[in-house]
Amino acid sequence: MDVLYFAWVRERIGQPSDRIDSAPVTVMDLVEELRAREDRYAAAFADLSALRVAIDQELSDFDAPLQGAREVAFFPPMTGG
Amino acid sequence: MDIRVQTDPFDLGAEATAFAARQQGMGAIVTFTGVVRDLGEGALHAMEIEHYPGMTEKALEKIAQEAAERWSLGDVLIIHRHGMLRASEMIMMVATASRHRADAFQAAEYLMDFLKSRAPFWKKEISGSGSDWVAARTEDEEALKRW
Repeated sequence: MDVLYFAWVRERIGQPSDRIDSAPVTVMDLVEELRAREDRYAAAFADLSALRVAIDQELSDFDAPLQGAREVAFFPPMTGG
Repeated sequence: MDIRVQTDPFDLGAEATAFAARQQGMGAIVTFTGVVRDLGEGALHAMEIEHYPGMTEKALEKIAQEAAERWSLGDVLIIHRHGMLRASEMIMMVATASRHRADAFQAAEYLMDFLKSRAPFWKKEISGSGSDWVAARTEDEEALKRW
């Protein structure tokens, strides 16, 4: 599964994406896996209330299941318009 | 329904005229345009807008579709730019067409409210002293509740 980062999440992690081969059950499991990688990930995922998640380009929740998901994205609240 | 996500500037006058010209039986056209604020000397040099290619288009289509289901609209146009924009440049526009003005006005407000916090764009302000991501405002999230 591809994991994408946008805005300050991308800057904090230092790259726009990762490829994950494990099979996390929920978004939260994926977050825990990423947090354990390196400090920069732990820093980016320190406060989940400051983050939003999309599964296959649809806004979702941190407790959502990831079964069948091809693309998960993490980003701050959107500021369009 | 015409939805465009682009780096290039757009011509507001030409877009509004072309949008109006392709309507039939519509008595009201409403347009809204968002501009990079020019806060005076040295305050804001530029704005960088990042987006999520793919999801952006889907989100905008969904928002426009929902507006079309709620109000009686002849047409909807959304143009949103990304990339580096200088002060006073136009960021985005929406246009709505309806038989009577209430639908066009309300639909335009609805589109803007949802575009602000449900379309995956992120703004970064660049000034003489550095750059900062624009924080989402609670008012913008609150604004969705009125719909």
